[in-house]
Amino acid sequence: MSEPVKLEVTDLVKHFPVRAGLLQRQVGAVRAVDGVSFKLRRGETLGVVGESGCGKSTVGRTVMKLLEPSAGRIVLGKADITSLGRQAMWPHRRNIQMVFQDPFSSLNPRMSAGDIVGEPIRNFGLAKGSEREQQVAALFDRVGLRPEAMRKYPHEFSGGQRQRLGIAKALAVNPEVIVADEPVSALDVSVQAQVLNLMIDLQEELRLAYLFISHDLAVMRHISHRIAVMYLGRIVELAPKEALFEQPLHPYTEALLSAAPVPNPRIKKQRIILQGDVPSPSKPPSGCHFHTRCPYAIARCKTEDPKLREIRPGHFAACIRREPGETQPALAPAQH
Amino acid sequence: MSAASIALEPAAGRASSGLWSEIRRNPTIFLGCAILLVLAACAILAPWIAADPLKHAPVNRLKAPSAEFWFGTDQFGRDIYSRIVYGARVSLIVGLSVAAISSVLGLTIGLLCGFYRWFDGIVMRIMDGIMAIPSILLAIALITLVHPSLTVVIIAIIIPEVPRIVRLVRSVVLSIREQPYIDGAVAGGTKAPRLLVRHVLPNAVAPLIVQATYVCASAIITEAGLSFLGAGVPPEIPSWGNIIAQGRVFFQLTPWVILIPGVFLALTVLAVNMLGDGLRDRLDPRLARRM
Repeated sequence: MSEPVKLEVTDLVKHFPVRAGLLQRQVGAVRAVDGVSFKLRRGETLGVVGESGCGKSTVGRTVMKLLEPSAGRIVLGKADITSLGRQAMWPHRRNIQMVFQDPFSSLNPRMSAGDIVGEPIRNFGLAKGSEREQQVAALFDRVGLRPEAMRKYPHEFSGGQRQRLGIAKALAVNPEVIVADEPVSALDVSVQAQVLNLMIDLQEELRLAYLFISHDLAVMRHISHRIAVMYLGRIVELAPKEALFEQPLHPYTEALLSAAPVPNPRIKKQRIILQGDVPSPSKPPSGCHFHTRCPYAIARCKTEDPKLREIRPGHFAACIRREPGETQPALAPAQH
Repeated sequence: MSAASIALEPAAGRASSGLWSEIRRNPTIFLGCAILLVLAACAILAPWIAADPLKHAPVNRLKAPSAEFWFGTDQFGRDIYSRIVYGARVSLIVGLSVAAISSVLGLTIGLLCGFYRWFDGIVMRIMDGIMAIPSILLAIALITLVHPSLTVVIIAIIIPEVPRIVRLVRSVVLSIREQPYIDGAVAGGTKAPRLLVRHVLPNAVAPLIVQATYVCASAIITEAGLSFLGAGVPPEIPSWGNIIAQGRVFFQLTPWVILIPGVFLALTVLAVNMLGDGLRDRLDPRLARRM
């Protein structure tokens, strides 16, 4: 824990205005991210997990400043980048790069692979001509692609190879932080493992900090050191990987884990089936966002906004039925 | 190593195939190109393959097509064949220059509109305004204001075409902006000018090329229409529209004076449209993949 913090996000909020009517008046807001805080240290992978629509990708895109945050604070290294404009943000982009979800649409179809990977080097004026070409060739080699493939175009690569290209591009300017938005969810399972292992190798070698966004718990378990579970724009639980999988403290995490398949038919699992759908992020429920579906909800959950509190050392949960320091393994179901 | 050479082969094969085999593989493009090339050759070689299109020879007036006058003669005894060959120059120059200039203008304005939203609001209202003016009326007004010439006709046809191309390019740019590779380029530190030139422009050109061929075809027809109405190129320049306009007086007596330039007009427009259709199929990435 002595590693320096490379990315610190405090109370990040991103609302998308909902406009309607002739004058396009704002009639509401989709609260995609509604107060998210975390710290990411050098050499660490923080996984962000949650179902679709929970705001995990919005966190990534806002941290990248591809979206403007509505409120909160983003500190990259030592610089506060929260309200930097396009121009002012530019020099900081060297320190934070992104790997995208869809390896098919995230590479310009009309640029050669070498040009795509070399573009960030060119943008920041780090190398020119044959020197740049050598750097790009070295990057290709580093991510397991043949340097001869530099002249090829994206459609000539397989999905896994394209994601390697995306990783090479992200590495091109030696960033300290990489935001990976579902980098393997579009790939076959066998290829997923290769790409994940490549990312783990690169992290050990270059001491990269990953903000790793995924909905896949198996992937999370493989790559993350700590995991943040998101539900309707908020982090409901944040804990080291082992603690989270062994003893989830938030009822939502518990339900999420129980839904993940275990590759052993002999293990009998107690599945927690959540009732109903995820409420709309434009009209989130009062109090705890999860109370409408929580099997343990009590009357107080409807009114009281749970704060993310450290229940055990390093293990945070946003549930009023958990008390700091408690050791009780499971919550008692609510009496109805 | 063998795997590397196998992997590289398709790319090498594509590079050597080039434009020509591409044209031959697609019969629509091939036929369209062939007709246009023949017409272009005629237009360029006009002084060598045709007689003086303006020479009056009252002795020969209103002759039917024969070995001496392939397409007959008009009421002044002028050779229709020579006039059609020279008229091809006007049609092709109008078609090509309108397509080229309005594409360049439309592309530039459309790119800026799609990319810079503040620019969009102002410019699109102006474009809507231009689109509301009937193009034939605008051309007639322009020709009456200034001395009629080929340049004025070209300008008169370009003005109403530009907003249509701007709309097309703008809508394409708006959809490209949302592509993840644009976010990827921004995240990689790509600044706006390069983003526009290297990422947006190359992906917006394909639909524009197709549209340009249709603009070319419609410009050829509009020029003929304007010339027929007497609002086009001055009557001393033989254009297909002029030939038809002057021949209509004797239509019942000598129908070929109208029919033959009409056939050439139709053939040219057909060829340009075939080229456009072929290119559309070829440049659509989803259709082009199946080779």
